[in-house]
Amino acid sequence: MADSAFPTAPVPQLAQSMRDRSGVRRRLRYYGEKVAGSLVSLFAVILTSFFLFRIIPGDPVRTMTHGRPVSIEQQEQLRRDFGLDKPLAQQFLDYLTGVLRLDLGDSFQFNRPVTDLIGDRLWPTVLLVGTSVVISAALGLWLGVRCAWNHGSLGDRVNTGVALTLWSVPSFWLGLILIVIFASGAGWFPTSGMESTGVSGWERIPDIAHHMVLPLVTLVAVVYAQYLMIMRSSLLDEMGSDYIVTARAKGLRDVIVRRRHAVPNALLPTITLIFVNLGFVVFGAVLVETIFSWPGLGQLFYSGLAVPDLPLVQGLFILFSAAVILMNLLADLLYPVVDPRVRP
Amino acid sequence: MSVLAISDLTVTYRTAGGDVPAVRGIDLSLGAGQKLGLAGESGCGKSTMALALLRLLPKTARMTGSIMFDGEDVLTMSWGRLRAVRWAGASIVFQGAMHSLNAVQRIGSQIAEPILLHSKVGEAAARRRVGELLEHVGLPARRADAYPHELSGGQRQRVMIAMALACDPSLIIADEPTTALDVMIQAQILKLIESLVAENGISLVMISHDLSVLADTCDRLAIMYAGRIVEEGPAAEVFRAARHPYGAALAAAFPTIGDPSSRRSPRGLAGDPPDPADLPAGCTFHPRCPVRLDYCDRIDPQLWPAGDGARAACVHVLPDQGLSLVQKEPA
Amino acid sequence: MSAGTPATVAAAGPRRLAWARRRRTVARFWRQYRQNRAGLFGLVVLALFVLTALLAPVITADNALSVTQPPGSPLDGPSGDFPLGTDRSGRSMIDLLIWGSRVSLTVGFWATFISIAFGTLFGILAGHFGGWGSMVLMRVTDWFLVMPSLVLGVVLAAVMGRSLTTIIVAIGVTSWPTTARLVRAQTLAVEARPYIERARALGGGHWHVMSRHVLPNVMPIVLAQTTLMVGQAILIESTFAFLGLGDPTTASWGATIQAARDVGAVSSRMWWYILPPGIAIVLVVLAFTLCGRAIEGVLNPKLRERQS
Repeated sequence: MADSAFPTAPVPQLAQSMRDRSGVRRRLRYYGEKVAGSLVSLFAVILTSFFLFRIIPGDPVRTMTHGRPVSIEQQEQLRRDFGLDKPLAQQFLDYLTGVLRLDLGDSFQFNRPVTDLIGDRLWPTVLLVGTSVVISAALGLWLGVRCAWNHGSLGDRVNTGVALTLWSVPSFWLGLILIVIFASGAGWFPTSGMESTGVSGWERIPDIAHHMVLPLVTLVAVVYAQYLMIMRSSLLDEMGSDYIVTARAKGLRDVIVRRRHAVPNALLPTITLIFVNLGFVVFGAVLVETIFSWPGLGQLFYSGLAVPDLPLVQGLFILFSAAVILMNLLADLLYPVVDPRVRP
Repeated sequence: MSVLAISDLTVTYRTAGGDVPAVRGIDLSLGAGQKLGLAGESGCGKSTMALALLRLLPKTARMTGSIMFDGEDVLTMSWGRLRAVRWAGASIVFQGAMHSLNAVQRIGSQIAEPILLHSKVGEAAARRRVGELLEHVGLPARRADAYPHELSGGQRQRVMIAMALACDPSLIIADEPTTALDVMIQAQILKLIESLVAENGISLVMISHDLSVLADTCDRLAIMYAGRIVEEGPAAEVFRAARHPYGAALAAAFPTIGDPSSRRSPRGLAGDPPDPADLPAGCTFHPRCPVRLDYCDRIDPQLWPAGDGARAACVHVLPDQGLSLVQKEPA
Repeated sequence: MSAGTPATVAAAGPRRLAWARRRRTVARFWRQYRQNRAGLFGLVVLALFVLTALLAPVITADNALSVTQPPGSPLDGPSGDFPLGTDRSGRSMIDLLIWGSRVSLTVGFWATFISIAFGTLFGILAGHFGGWGSMVLMRVTDWFLVMPSLVLGVVLAAVMGRSLTTIIVAIGVTSWPTTARLVRAQTLAVEARPYIERARALGGGHWHVMSRHVLPNVMPIVLAQTTLMVGQAILIESTFAFLGLGDPTTASWGATIQAARDVGAVSSRMWWYILPPGIAIVLVVLAFTLCGRAIEGVLNPKLRERQS
């Protein structure tokens, strides 16, 4: 860009329109690259899943029938059913088209299509994970900002200490302890499940909320600590910057400097990390749902692991990975809205 | 009447390893419309000085002395009064400008921010004023919609200057305003600052490690070393014939164009600036001094008059008095 | 870091000199580490756990882990003989905790070793060579980062059959990407330094540059990452054991909690069965985390200022 003491000459109309067109192309290219990247990731997940379940166990049929008495004929039948007698490339192609048509095979233990099972169990998980992410993010970011702004203070040290400790706590154990104290002990909350029987209509809402308290507290406790630490360190990075001193030199109140200048900048790296860490939350949900018998996908996953119900575990693996990839794609696509520097 | 009068200012950072003195007793004054240059190596305390003028230092810094700004002591002001003085009374232009501007805010709203804060005008008036300011510093008014990363380094520095002028301050503190810019743009920015300051009768404190830049722009020059001013006087005088050996070394670090002698014998200064936590005894400059005398590690020189309105803190300025001072001390 | 006068340098020889320099570096590192109280606390806790794990056969009775000839009766509360009660087979909880520290530390260290080895190797290769290969390597890393690696680990462990080795491999191969990213960034920073160019100009090959210049400079960061990673690996191990993926014959802390849940310790509120193994996990993981942060703080002064 030319830097002269005089205002630059107005850009001619033609050049302006050309720049617009190349801008559109650049934007399309940016979004296209992100979408393509996600598709590649998704393909890699399906590939991994395929190899994981067919190659590593050696004989998938034996793994599938693990511990159950099956005759030679039944084994042969299974082998044909799964197309194991075909060449590997053909097998993968069949598998891929199956996944793309949302056909994830039938679960051994439930004798139902995995897709149907997922459909039944999807909403409880979305409710639990969604609520916990929103609460953890709000709590973690808020505390992180306060800690960083008053770093070295008593509040900061206590908060970071608590966060680091919670970060070291196994979520399943925390859930059990909470049940011992508040459910089977004090009797304030139900020990398991999502709903009481015989409750219908609008009364389901407070009932579900009541059931959700402990699972939510467990999940939030292990997740918010990460958000706190991320926000704290990225805000500390920003606080040393000149623009913060500039903002204070302008005569702005401390609160305004923080809210208008420091936090918006510190949020950017934080958002990326929050989305990258979503996989961790999904795994936390598996444990929490198991502990609290929350009728969601996590509990389904756990019941599949125990058998092992390979089609079910495989289908859920693809679903969990796809969900995380999708959320990350969303983050990538929305990122330019909050950060003008990466705006294509 | 002076706009700024600093007397016996000290700044000490409290750290885990003990107190670290960054500024150790500085006296300076600056009249209306005067331009003062402050030079020194990095770590000599000049940036700490700049931030201290508006009490912008971190909480770990302790300040003593006084900084009289338009007749009021900045160090004892209430927070409310201090916020009112910031930017409306004195504003700052930082170096680099990339990080001095908020990367996720349009420059227009960053310039308008102090206007909306300090003067009672509405959004529309503030926007008009932003446009004027931008044109004033040589940028088209429509650039107000740009983000900092869309501008070149020089343009960003212009934005910083426009921002500094926003509330018609009586003093501008420019901390390395041209560092990290290439030479042509450096010259443009310096010229811009000079003309705007002169036009509006604003006093200027310009801080730089580059003595030649300061000598060009400023009326007076002060040279800092290890938290103190070691030489002060009319700019041309100090640059051409510094009396303190450190000032002389700084000036010599920039060859005079067209002078073959400076080309043939480039003079630098050996050694590093001292660690503020562990200063040498006596004259803090003596370990690096090319003309040290054997008693320099025992005498703490003050700013003594050194002719023509200049002062220097070196025994060579007043050899007789220096010697008599040393003789009084037990060896 | 000037090392004496030229005369003594010549006399001492480059090897002795290098050793002296290393010793000084370590001493300085320790001096700075000591100032971090949380880090010291972590170190002490760690030392205690490592000692316990090493001395497990000495400080527990021979039949401590025996299910057939247990020292006590099942599910007893704390008593004089068994300060923390007994488990469902009648074994002392204290003995179980002591032997559990062996499992946790073993899995923690080996899984971390795999993860760090892969991560460092890929990170340095990607950072050093650049171009096509690096791009592919980094894409793979990114992809692993985005994938729910714990879910993948569980699936891997489930498919491979239950054993400690399975868990170690599952944790190791799913957790290297973080290290790889970190190491790559550091490699790029190191290779931008002028002395690398000098080494190349003097005829240093890829191997020379990577092993003699890049690796030593990457090691400190790897050390901090290792310490943090061991803690996480222990946490993941307990989780996998709790999910029933561990070796059914080893008494790991996670497996103990799982067993407690199975016998209904939650509803009958047998706190001595649930609480101690969890606390042990929290202590070890926290200790590693505190040590890791303290090391990071020493290596990165900007961080140190922040953590104080």
